[in-house]
Amino acid sequence: MRRLVVAGYGMVGHKLVETLVERGATSDWEIVVFAEEPRPAYDRVNLSRYFTGATEVDLSLAAPGFHAQTGVTVHLGDPITEVDAANHTVTGASGGRDLPGCFVYRTIEDLVAIRAWAGSARTGVVVGGGLLGLEAANALRSLGLATHVVECAPRLMPAQVDEGGAFALRRRIEELGVTVRTASQAIEVVPNEHGAVAALRFGEGPDLDADLIVFSAGIRPRDEIGRVAGLEIGARGGIVVDEGCRTSDPRVYAIGECALAAGRIWGLVGPGYDMARVVADQLAGEASSFTGADCSTKLKVLGVDVASFGDAFATTEGAESVVVSDAVDNVYRRLVLGDGGRRVLGGILVGDTGPYQVLAQMARGDLPTPPRPQDLLSGRQEPGGVAVGVGELAPTTRVCSCNNVSKATICDAVASGGLTELGQVKAATRAGTGCGGCVPVVADLLKVELAKAGVAVTDHLCEHFPFSRQELFDIVRISGGRSFGELLATHGRGRGCDICKPAVASMLASLGSGYILDGEQSSLQDTNDHFLANLQRNGTYSVVPRVPGGEIRPAQLVAIGEVAQEFDLYTKITGAQRIDLFGARVEHLPRIWERLIEAGLESGHAYGKALRTVKSCVGQTWCRYGVQDSTSLAIQLELRYRGLRAPHKIKAAVSGCVRECAEAQGKDFGVIATERGWNLFVCGNGGAQPQHAVLFAEDLDTETLIRYVDRFLMYYIRTAGRLERTAPWLNKLEGGVDYLRSVIIDDALGVCGDLEADMEQHVARYRCEWRETLADSDRLRRFRTFVNTDEPDPGVVFVRERGQPRPRRSTDEGDQSGPEPVLVGISGRRAGDTG
Amino acid sequence: MSDLHWVPVCALDELVPQRGAAALIGGRQIALFRLMPEDEVLAIANEDPFSEANVMARGIVGSIGDAVVVASPMYKQHFDLRAGRSIEDPDVVVETFPTRVARGLVEIGVRP
Ligand code: SRM
Ligand SMILES: Cc1cc2nc3c(=O)[nH]c(=O)nc-3n(C[C@H](O)[C@H](O)[C@H](O)COP(=O)(O)OP(=O)(O)OC[C@H]3O[C@@H](n4cnc5c(N)ncnc54)[C@H](O)[C@@H]3O)c2cc1C
Ligand code: SF4
Ligand code: FES
Repeated sequence: MRRLVVAGYGMVGHKLVETLVERGATSDWEIVVFAEEPRPAYDRVNLSRYFTGATEVDLSLAAPGFHAQTGVTVHLGDPITEVDAANHTVTGASGGRDLPGCFVYRTIEDLVAIRAWAGSARTGVVVGGGLLGLEAANALRSLGLATHVVECAPRLMPAQVDEGGAFALRRRIEELGVTVRTASQAIEVVPNEHGAVAALRFGEGPDLDADLIVFSAGIRPRDEIGRVAGLEIGARGGIVVDEGCRTSDPRVYAIGECALAAGRIWGLVGPGYDMARVVADQLAGEASSFTGADCSTKLKVLGVDVASFGDAFATTEGAESVVVSDAVDNVYRRLVLGDGGRRVLGGILVGDTGPYQVLAQMARGDLPTPPRPQDLLSGRQEPGGVAVGVGELAPTTRVCSCNNVSKATICDAVASGGLTELGQVKAATRAGTGCGGCVPVVADLLKVELAKAGVAVTDHLCEHFPFSRQELFDIVRISGGRSFGELLATHGRGRGCDICKPAVASMLASLGSGYILDGEQSSLQDTNDHFLANLQRNGTYSVVPRVPGGEIRPAQLVAIGEVAQEFDLYTKITGAQRIDLFGARVEHLPRIWERLIEAGLESGHAYGKALRTVKSCVGQTWCRYGVQDSTSLAIQLELRYRGLRAPHKIKAAVSGCVRECAEAQGKDFGVIATERGWNLFVCGNGGAQPQHAVLFAEDLDTETLIRYVDRFLMYYIRTAGRLERTAPWLNKLEGGVDYLRSVIIDDALGVCGDLEADMEQHVARYRCEWRETLADSDRLRRFRTFVNTDEPDPGVVFVRERGQPRPRRSTDEGDQSGPEPVLVGISGRRAGDTG
Repeated sequence: MSDLHWVPVCALDELVPQRGAAALIGGRQIALFRLMPEDEVLAIANEDPFSEANVMARGIVGSIGDAVVVASPMYKQHFDLRAGRSIEDPDVVVETFPTRVARGLVEIGVRP
């Protein structure tokens, strides 16, 4: 048995240990880790999440029980002692750096100390305007400090972006209220009378007052051990290693941020992980080398998207740049081209990193460069154009840079392991388990592989119906059948499930079969549709009345307020121009709605896969720039399509001019006023995979606009997959938006008459579901918590916070400083009186 | 089974076919499901072990393979209505209760 001592238990150290364990090397090697920090390795890349609620456990890299199960010994809080002695000889770079109030931003302890100090501080300064410095600035800002960033280079993020990019970045950061001082060399920390930080002094220019300073000026390799051990050290620090990550003593390897590998210190985790694998290979007797890494990065700093890839600074001979810079929106894009404009070499994107994936892959040579690559820079892309094409990636493409997983590895794992779900692919290959940035590509690859293997399951709704949603929709429409039982008997098997039942219910509703809860339909609906309200985490429901176009009368506001007060509901303005009332008990829903309907309000269908809102701006009526009455059109559209059931929810908006205050380009359909009429955009969404809507038709009059939207929505409802919103639907539509135009505008399929008739039927048959429910005592019977008593759910308990109720959490107990509990019932679990 | 105490809960007609309803029995919340075409009633604990909310009765009833299941409305895990076992995480099992329907009346068997 040989012994491997790992000095330092950070991200890269852990990757080495984990790789060795995975490869079964623990039978040859006894592994002993000495950690300076008091805890095992954690996810430093996501360190800032510690400030937004992530715990040590959330950040931990080793699964619980990892060390016990694998026999790896870890000495926590135990840096190697000889080295420790030498440690004291290392002096800081700037003189007064160790004053109280000065920090670095590296470990959980640092963050704890920063938070404690920030409590009594008002102004914070970050020294260093690189990637880490800006992340620290964001943290200070979120702790409520007036925040300044100081950078000695003439621009922010000098390692990743050029002047134009830095300018756009700076403008955006300053909009957040963070001040930036570039080309300023801090030389001294000025103490106050108590010896704590008071100000920062510069080579030139006035002092900057500061109650707290975070130093984040470049990566300082922790090479002290190397120095003590007499290993070769680089001129500017870092333990020198060869291609095998061996130091000048062949029994000692150095990996991660302490190593000077391939001529530089790599401040990123990806290259560190590569080095860990190189060492693991060699310990297993295999040759392996580290010769450098791709430093392409895409990140969000202070909410600003920044990406830099390949030869970002055009250092290749003959390189040319195409720059698109928009000083109004502060978007900057630079594309570096070689070979007379035929090859993408690299680039910089600030403010909008949309085309990053595709461009970075072109720069790596994994995707062919199209004839006019610069077109990829211009704002809007045809969906389906560049975003697809994962099938074209070269097999060696590194899809997941955090875990170095290639396309070939993912495809092989899917094919040979018979994997069908994303979770399985993640577990088998580790792709997507780091920063998560590659997950969409991994998911697409899975789909491509499954299609190749002829696995048809993906397309079938579920085990009960061997059809896609579209096929089933056609069956329902053509057969004219109006019951799930009938459909199951003729076309399905088993009892159905929570996938096919609501899907069929939605089809029946789209095809105009009236009230969604009569007869058998009631048993098909998800709890939200069943109670016409949205289930919340404690088993209560939320209530959202429709507020068409966001316009609401004062008397209705008063009524909402009164209802909220009477039933003690938590009240919040939603992200979609309406008001949500939370915490309603099932048995109160009818009375709540009685009151709302009296005030002229109606169901907002927040519970349904249906039209949600048509958001509006105030438009021409009030706004000095508006060119059309956007509010009236929004109301008209919302009333026309209210209650329309669809494969997924539908959101829309109307803006009164190009300033686009209603965010119409982020909606399933959006309308923007022009001098001559309306521009129609389709297939956008926010949410997890935001996508801009595509301009579909220009300068339409209102009547044509509505006709197109009618056709568009009905065509989507007929043909989309289950829970597929319009954007992914369009991305998959062969022929893309041109094809869609031919169907909707030119009636290429000859279905427009049908589509319009379907919509007319919907409009004619619309009824407020709540009004219908209240009118029928049978329908009201379901609004009970228990069949055998009128008691409320004893498990629902609220506490008060900021003057409103909220569900009690397990962590509330015994928390004296926390909100005062108001006992509404005794918890069923705790009472447990019958045991 | 002799120590079972049969508690009458409601008329069978009060249960919507293929759906659940909750009952409060001696402080305990129990979810009942009326299955068709058998017209059989099955009962499990109403508390969803994954969310700790008392919502099981509000899930959609269906089948996975041969098992009759309910999908919790909260995070959609499926529970075998006869065995109480979660399909996704077989270590998680909820309590099941014997039921009987006599002269149109649904009764649940609880241990005193
Ligand atoms: C209440 C609200 C948040 C708030 O406090 O403001 C909200 C709450 C929920 N959202 Fe949302 N969303 C709300 C505005 C939004 C917005 C903003 C907007 O509409 O302008 C978005 C992004 C825009 C978009 O959808 O394109 C949004 C994107 C989502 C998504 C992601 C959709 C996607 O396509 O990726 C989900 C998940 C889903 O639907 O599958 C979701 C799902 C949900 C659900 C239904 C999750 C759930 O199943 O419990 C939440 C329950 C609603 C409820 O009333 O209990 N919510 N949600 C907002 C209600 C708006 C309303 O008046 O109806
Ligand atoms: C806030 C923040 C955000 C970041 N964001 C990103 C990002 O988005 N993308 C990215 O790629 N990288 C990012 N990084 C960088 C990334 O975290 C590092 O590249 C990575 O952690 C390097 O791993 P490492 O194991 O070499 O060093 P570390 O993770 O720093 O671990 C080294 C460990 O060794 C210990 N140690 C030092 N000397 C001794 C000794 N003598 N004895 C025992 N133990 C010792 C240290 O205490 C430490 O625990 C970020 C870093 C920070 C701080
Ligand atoms: S979009 Fe135009 S009309 Fe609407 S508020 Fe903005 S500027 Fe005014
Ligand atoms: S790239 Fe970060 S998880 Fe794959």
